[in-house]
Amino acid sequence: MAGPGAAAPRSRLAVAGARATTRAMLGNQPRGDVIRNMVFAALLLLAILIALAGLIALLVQAFVKGSSALSLDLFTNGPSSIRPESAGFRPAIIGSLELIAGVILFVVPIGVGAALYLEEYADKTRWWNRLIEVNIQNLAAVPAIIYGILGLGFIVRGPLDLGFVLAAGSLTLALLVLPMVIIAAREAIRAVPDSIRQGSLALGATKWQTIRSQVLPASLPGIITGIILAVSRALGEAAPLLLVGAAAFVTFDPQPFSGGYTALPVQIYNYATRPQEEFQALAAAGIIVMLVVLLAMNSVAIWLRNRYEQRW
Amino acid sequence: MTQDESSPKTGREAAAERAAIAVRPGEFHHSASGKREKVFELKGVEVLYSGMPAVKGISMDIHRNDVTALIGPSGCGKSTLLRCLNRMNDLIPAAEVRGELLYHGEDLYGAAVDPVQVRKLIGMVFQKPNPFPKSIYDNVAFGPRILGEKEDLDARVERALRGAALWEEVKDRLDSNAFGLSGGQQQRLCIARCIAVEPDTILMDEPCSALDPISTGKIEDLMIELKKEFSIVIVTHNMQQAARVSDRTAFLMVELDAADDNRWGRLVEYDETEKVFTNPGDQRTEDYVSGKVG
Repeated sequence: MAGPGAAAPRSRLAVAGARATTRAMLGNQPRGDVIRNMVFAALLLLAILIALAGLIALLVQAFVKGSSALSLDLFTNGPSSIRPESAGFRPAIIGSLELIAGVILFVVPIGVGAALYLEEYADKTRWWNRLIEVNIQNLAAVPAIIYGILGLGFIVRGPLDLGFVLAAGSLTLALLVLPMVIIAAREAIRAVPDSIRQGSLALGATKWQTIRSQVLPASLPGIITGIILAVSRALGEAAPLLLVGAAAFVTFDPQPFSGGYTALPVQIYNYATRPQEEFQALAAAGIIVMLVVLLAMNSVAIWLRNRYEQRW
Repeated sequence: MTQDESSPKTGREAAAERAAIAVRPGEFHHSASGKREKVFELKGVEVLYSGMPAVKGISMDIHRNDVTALIGPSGCGKSTLLRCLNRMNDLIPAAEVRGELLYHGEDLYGAAVDPVQVRKLIGMVFQKPNPFPKSIYDNVAFGPRILGEKEDLDARVERALRGAALWEEVKDRLDSNAFGLSGGQQQRLCIARCIAVEPDTILMDEPCSALDPISTGKIEDLMIELKKEFSIVIVTHNMQQAARVSDRTAFLMVELDAADDNRWGRLVEYDETEKVFTNPGDQRTEDYVSGKVG
């Protein structure tokens, strides 16, 4: 090995050359690139501002119009067509709570079960399993009103024949959000690495023991997040409910299997279509109530995801 | 370690037990002296993935309380072969095992054998530590719990953790998440988890390849300790590791079919580790262990 001194003149030359090249490259960013970069960044910023502006406009408008009507009466009083100053949302709020309770009861076992089948049992080389997968993706994109028609044809009338009752609305909403739950649950299940399954099976656990004790607990935060987001979607839906009986003007607390029912978005729609200023304010107050509930649910979902997210 | 014989069993459990290979650790400690007792006997074992052979014509005996090392270049099928021994290959739908594979004299792939039972008797430690996302205690207790053996769980967890030389490091934080352990500790936890089921044989698939030298040293010491109680089969990429820990070494080589470019693993030499590394019987083994070919 030659000492450092022996190669010095030649390496000094090489270093000097490399420096010169580097300096030339570094200083030479064309001005056009700088401007293009800035324009592009500004456009992206504009995009997010437009998105935010919509939300802010909605909040401001709802608060300006609805703050005068905000009071505890909203939660305790029923609707009224003649006395807007004391009208409230009590039947609608209770109806919405019962609706989403029904949605959860229906969607959790079926959605998680379907997701487990597709991820853990289905042989993906079979065409029918691939067909099911594609169809679930498609179902998630079907407009809500179509589910309303389905609910009218198959749940209110037809095979189930429940009539225009709250349970029918609940089932219709459940069908609407089921694909969302399946997709979210599948993603959560898929995120559990195979090494966990193999580790469990190598200990002599059966497939079901592995799923129950390892895969499900590990994917639970993701599944719950998906369920909350799906339920908050169901909570905000009005269109399919209008078709399955929620249009009635309801002054009593709704029952699951008998009588008329209503829901928060339907009641808001009802008030908003009236000409009087007071009912407009009432509708805006209802929007505030619903937004608070929805934002709270979404926040819980995000908190859950961040809190329990497993990094593998 | 098996279910209490006197306790009532469901029909399914009883059937599973009949189907299981009725060999438990301890039963074979005092076999005829002189002749080494065999845990596995492989006779012309061939593994195929989607009809393409991955290893061919493997015939070897694996002895009790030995550390048996499988070495060879990448793609020679050593992991494939290892995964045959506890039927983990069953999890790959396209995999197929041919030939005869006896475990304590019983056909491991016999029609009456339940792979779940096989894996209770033949544990496995994987290349990358794969602790469950649970507490240290629950990781070790998982095996006994799924076997329905819940009495003396604390003692059993402690015994397994001591057996894996991890107890002193974790005894004060059994309730903390296993993911907080270092890589080497996680791998020893996986070994503890495995021995908590009280298997008869432990298969290790490159257990140190993701670990630093100090952790590797601890696991190698552990293997020498564990072979008193268990039979160990280890796949390793690291020839020096095979030389350090194993009693017998099998050297596998990739064989190439020039006509259609298919390749598969073939057992070249299987002998005492001492002999394989100092006086190999085959030129190819010599070239590999001396580093002439990789």
